[in-house]
Amino acid sequence: MIPTEPTPSPIEPALAIRGLVKCFDRPAVDGLDLTVRKGEFYSLLGPNGAGKTTTLRMVAGLLRPDAGTILIHGIDALADPVAAKSCVAWISDEPMIYDKLTPLEYLEFVAGLWGIEAGVSQARAHELIDWLGLGAQAMQRCEGFSKGTRQKVALAGALVHDPSLIILDEPLTGLDAGSARQVKSVLRERVAQGGTVIMTTHILEVAERMADRIGVIAAGRLIAQGTLAELRDQAGRGATSLEDTFLALVAEQAAAA
Amino acid sequence: MSHPGTLVWLARHESRLAWRDWLAMMTAGGRWRTRPVALTCLIVLVALHLFALAVVGRYAGIRDPDKATLITLTGCVLMSWSLMVSQALEAVTRAFYTRADLDLILSSPVAARKVFVVRMATMALSITGMSLLVAAPAINVLALRGGAHWLVGYGAVVALGASAAAAALVLAVALFRMIGPRRTRLIAQIVAAVIGAAFVIGVQIVAILSADTKLTGTLLSRYALLGSDAVLALAPDTDSLAWWPARAVLGDLDALAAVLAGGLAILIAAIVVVSRNFADHVIVATGAAQAAPQRAHAAHTFRLAPPKRMLRRKEWLLLRRDPWLLSQTLMQLLYLAPPALLLWRGFGNRNEAATLIVPVLVMAAGQLAGGLAWLTISGEDAPDLIATAPVKTSQIVQAKIEAVLGAIMLAFSPLLLALALVSAWPAAVAAIGVLTAASAATTIQLWFRAQARRSHFRRRQTSSRVATIAEAFSSIAWAATAALAAAGSMVAVIPGTVGLIVLVCTRKLSPRGAAAAG
Repeated sequence: MIPTEPTPSPIEPALAIRGLVKCFDRPAVDGLDLTVRKGEFYSLLGPNGAGKTTTLRMVAGLLRPDAGTILIHGIDALADPVAAKSCVAWISDEPMIYDKLTPLEYLEFVAGLWGIEAGVSQARAHELIDWLGLGAQAMQRCEGFSKGTRQKVALAGALVHDPSLIILDEPLTGLDAGSARQVKSVLRERVAQGGTVIMTTHILEVAERMADRIGVIAAGRLIAQGTLAELRDQAGRGATSLEDTFLALVAEQAAAA
Repeated sequence: MSHPGTLVWLARHESRLAWRDWLAMMTAGGRWRTRPVALTCLIVLVALHLFALAVVGRYAGIRDPDKATLITLTGCVLMSWSLMVSQALEAVTRAFYTRADLDLILSSPVAARKVFVVRMATMALSITGMSLLVAAPAINVLALRGGAHWLVGYGAVVALGASAAAAALVLAVALFRMIGPRRTRLIAQIVAAVIGAAFVIGVQIVAILSADTKLTGTLLSRYALLGSDAVLALAPDTDSLAWWPARAVLGDLDALAAVLAGGLAILIAAIVVVSRNFADHVIVATGAAQAAPQRAHAAHTFRLAPPKRMLRRKEWLLLRRDPWLLSQTLMQLLYLAPPALLLWRGFGNRNEAATLIVPVLVMAAGQLAGGLAWLTISGEDAPDLIATAPVKTSQIVQAKIEAVLGAIMLAFSPLLLALALVSAWPAAVAAIGVLTAASAATTIQLWFRAQARRSHFRRRQTSSRVATIAEAFSSIAWAATAALAAAGSMVAVIPGTVGLIVLVCTRKLSPRGAAAAG
């Protein structure tokens, strides 16, 4: 991949969230503190309605928090959203692409929004198209693409501007095994190249295998964080797999509430 | 109690869906609140009856119509029928291409033909029902003032609806067989728009092309031609079968029986014939709609432009490729044909009638801009992508507004230029009016923007009744302002002020206005 983004300061974490609050009918995110290091694959777990998606949507600039701060590579995302967004990519479980554009037209549009020079973005787009196995569909309009192919186009769109922080909300939902493996290998490769990935998932095996660190959210708060071994220690005896650990932590939090 | 899978059972299911669809349309997708909706219906009903009284009330005394009356009435019947065919053709085309519940239907053990027979009958009922609703105030007013025989008109409307649905079914299937599934979607929209506007536009064009200066002068009177001596001389005698639909409308029971029997027989025959292969056509059509078209283009070359320009380019590309845009806008554009023709005619003799074109252009621009603005502002299919891009919100909004106004100027520039060659003042007024009406409609769409799928374009009116009504009133106000200004009247200030008041009130009623006030 061709690096273009200015390299962020190594001192700053990729993401630092402090006292984040968002209320709808009830508090969805309730004073959340979270730090994700540079070059880390961070997986955010939690039961339905725990506040994972709300948190990540606030980081991506899709929701305005009621209180708190969000620093992306040291840039205050609330004070200077344009600068913060320039190094972030967001992918949701429902790939939002334009049915009437071809993947290449879509990538050209995304690269234009992020202000990537045409020669660089074109080379990178072709590289991504080949990498994700989209060559046969590159000149076809996206209407009629399968869910997996649409997700790959969305992923290519997220990578075409070479973001240093990729945020994914349930990116593997509805993908077949082949597509899921391809997406996972793309994400691992990004981390190997120094990028940061934050991903929510309900597939605990994926988090267990891929994440460097895992955060567990319940009722809008971070209740546990660390490597799998650290989480096991926090969950106590009897928790061997991530599933056991996760369920033990959530149950403990529910009992405390 | 009907058994599952029978025609009656399927009809109940379809009726329930159609009813809920209608209800959602009436309540703008909101929760069903009986009292406000009933009150609104009552007010609209009374207003429509008063309007009908003003327009057709004076014709209630007609008992023994002369040839001129029969010609005019037949003209009205033809216009209504062409509009019904247009609506029905669009409904049939959608049945072909919208996937919705087709997977469920076609994978169930119920005979697909049975399902489509019911669906076609429901579509015919829906077209007829809407026509009855539109015609009811006129028929009621005529019956109240002229006698109960006018109520026979309801039967005539049913006959027209049935025959229009039959014509649309046959036409859609014929198109499908002749030009294939991929082209039918586009061509059917064009045909629907042309049919819907053909009669009115045709009459106006003949009037313009005729040497009769009286007719040309009364361009906006759609039926001026129908009362002309030439048409009277060419028309058949009053006892001809050609007048039966008109006689049915006038309360002739024999004519009604014949027209009604004919209409229903045609519909039944069409359903029986068309339903044989309808399921096969639908399978092919939905397959064609889903499949991505194959492209064998040369390598795509990327071009870098500032984000605003990229956004504008994307909007124009998507507008150009929108499969349903044509059906929603073509009729409005077709109505520009008579003014264009009048311009061409007026170019030679500097006809002052050019002034008449100004409000038509302004009105059309307002309506077209409303549709395009909805597509670009509310119908954004990748809102997360746009919201997470490092572009200021104000720049995004600006780009979208520019995309709408650019498209409007592209569509209207040729006419404005032609108008400028005929007469500079009306052209200048029209240009300002077109921009004002388009900007007002775009602003209203901005205030009422709500995230929706682009494919829901046809239903955009249901998302906000207030926005739809405000858009219409705004366009009318700016059209009136432009008309009076083009004529050099200072009275133009009055509708102009009304246009501004409409905008102020709309802003206050909009979710953004309410939030700002709250």
